[in-house]
Amino acid sequence: MNNTPILELADVTKSFGKTQIINGVSLAVPRGERHAIIGPNGAGKSTMFNLISGRFPVSSGKILLDGNDITAMPPFEINRRKLSRSFQVTNIFHRLSVYDNIRCAVLWSLGYKHSFWRSLNRLKDVTELANHTVEEIGLGAKGEALAGALTYAEQRALELGITIAGGAEVILLDEPTAGMNHSETDAAVELILKVTKGKTLLMVEHDMGVVFGMADRISVLVYGKIIATGPPEEIRGNKAVKEAYLGEEAV
Amino acid sequence: MSDIKAISIAEVDKGMSGIRRWVFWIIAVVAPLILPLIFDSSYAISMMSQMGIAIIFALSYNMLLGNSGLLSFGHAVYFGLGGYFVIHALNAIDAGKFYFPVTFLPLLGGLGGLIFGISFGYVSTKRAGVTFAMISMGIGELMFAASSVLPIFGGEAGVSSNRVTGTGLFGINYGPPIQIYYLIAGWAMVSALLIYALSLTPLGRMVNAVRDNPERAEFVGYNPQRVRFIILALSSIFAGIAGGLAAINYEIVSQEYLSANQSAMPLLMTYIGGTMHFFGPVLGAILVTFLQVVVGVYTKAWPLYMGIVFMIMVLFAPQGLAGLIMQHQPILRAGLGARLIPSYLYAMVSGLIMLLGIISLVEFIYHLSTEIHSGTEMTLFGISFDIASSFPWVITILLIAVGFFFFRRACSAISSSWNSALAEIKGSESHE
Ligand SMILES: Nc1ncnc2c1ncn2[C@@H]1O[C@H](COP(=O)(O)OP(=O)(O)O)[C@@H](O)[C@H]1O
Ligand SMILES: [Mg+2]
Repeated sequence: MNNTPILELADVTKSFGKTQIINGVSLAVPRGERHAIIGPNGAGKSTMFNLISGRFPVSSGKILLDGNDITAMPPFEINRRKLSRSFQVTNIFHRLSVYDNIRCAVLWSLGYKHSFWRSLNRLKDVTELANHTVEEIGLGAKGEALAGALTYAEQRALELGITIAGGAEVILLDEPTAGMNHSETDAAVELILKVTKGKTLLMVEHDMGVVFGMADRISVLVYGKIIATGPPEEIRGNKAVKEAYLGEEAV
Repeated sequence: MSDIKAISIAEVDKGMSGIRRWVFWIIAVVAPLILPLIFDSSYAISMMSQMGIAIIFALSYNMLLGNSGLLSFGHAVYFGLGGYFVIHALNAIDAGKFYFPVTFLPLLGGLGGLIFGISFGYVSTKRAGVTFAMISMGIGELMFAASSVLPIFGGEAGVSSNRVTGTGLFGINYGPPIQIYYLIAGWAMVSALLIYALSLTPLGRMVNAVRDNPERAEFVGYNPQRVRFIILALSSIFAGIAGGLAAINYEIVSQEYLSANQSAMPLLMTYIGGTMHFFGPVLGAILVTFLQVVVGVYTKAWPLYMGIVFMIMVLFAPQGLAGLIMQHQPILRAGLGARLIPSYLYAMVSGLIMLLGIISLVEFIYHLSTEIHSGTEMTLFGISFDIASSFPWVITILLIAVGFFFFRRACSAISSSWNSALAEIKGSESHE
């Protein structure tokens, strides 16, 4: 059994200009865990994801993926090491069809790289995986539609599809249910549980029902610092958390 | 017109399916073969040769503009350097330094394009957008400047050669223009086919993805810089082939090949033809070359007309000719095409009146500013008159005003006939 955490942050900080947004975050996520990050708006949750996924460079500290240092790597290198993420603000290929959005998301992981001597339509594995994913995220009937023409909820589903299609081992989801109503949220959660089965999941989420329902462990981020990490019942009973965060939302 | 835009590109693209796609390809192959039998004057043949070269150049350009979202102001660099490669090769063959069949000489042009595409592209593709546009322009200026200094470019006179090297295959020596035409047509077909095939590969699709959202591409494992670099290198091969064919066709390569003017040509062609469909640049190359050659015979003001056409397209039909044509697919499929004809005729007639006025005005002003030394009498459309008097001016202004008035009305007629057709399509869809 491999006991190295699949993802590890060691004393990570991040400043934008003079303001330090992430103030020394350390976190170890074991393989296969579903880990939720909660915290008030502006706490630095998305920034943390941006650091892990290579969108921004860290100011100091270290990030390890499966024991390997990925701190200074560009996003595509990190993605090739099987870490994939979604965005809080939908980030898709607007002028491509839904189906092509997903195809683009699987090409590298299936090893096709920059191939310009093979016909894309004839790649069976790409076609199968793309069809499977498009069905899975519930957009089967919309495969040919332009991504930019989808409804908000459909675009959120596509965002998730692009993130998971390539078969990443570590998946970061930034507020996947934001802006959804109750039934949409329930459907999204069910979908997320299904497509991330057996994977490591890191998720920023505001809906406490969702968080306490599905997370193995929860970290609470306040002003760029993790003030508590633990299983849901422990977080619920944590005094500092109640004061800093849960109190104001009266959960 | 916003309704029209809502009919998506994807929908339009799959509109051409099955049999019709085959018909399209067959025409694309057969037409170039038989056209010179119908239009067999040396004037027509040389124009069609020019079109063939322009088609390759424009298709190569659209690998960047339409497919990758890269606006280049310096594509002539690869065209021109390909041309220089070939002209020097021709001279070397003539001098007996090595043997190479002229039929395959454009490949050397492609190689020349590729070599410089790799060296310059490495720098220019680091960024997209304005940065790419500016760097491409800078490289263009740089090469143009270099061409006046370095002897290998032959100075202002350029480098000339003789394409009849006696090394043709099967006794084809490329003396007669018709042989050159078929050489160009053959290479244009091969290039078009390859460029089309390229758009259907994993790289071809990722290039679109990087165009739409380079950031997201990074999070599915792709380095956008690398993707842009590869497509630029590939596109410069075809620009080099086009330049090489031009070198063989004209038997001279000069600074002009590397100029900003030459870089502007494929931009004009591609934009006018339409960047979002494969055949757009082909249409644009044919039309622009036609204007250039035919209008160029009648008036020195042809760049001005080209500018006007370009402006009109940018303002009113940014989807280009191909986009305009493809927009009609759903209506044609529904069998409602006839409904549009009256308003189109209306627009054509009023547009022609307006055009007549605009052309007269342009020619008057052009005459005044460039040929005033020969007096104020001039001849236009076979009519002689004196533009010192006010009469021709009044007529001209009247033509423009009347034409414009009716053209505006024609436009709203077009718009309402479109709306009624679209409404009917929607209506019948919801009944299904
Ligand atoms: N690229 C950036 N430049 C400057 N400030 C930023 C940037 N990204 C985020 N911030 C700031 O960092 C803080 C945390 O933002 P964020 O990580 O998005 O919070 P959240 O926890 O709501 O996801 C905010 O105050 C935000 O303004
Ligand atoms: Mg956020």
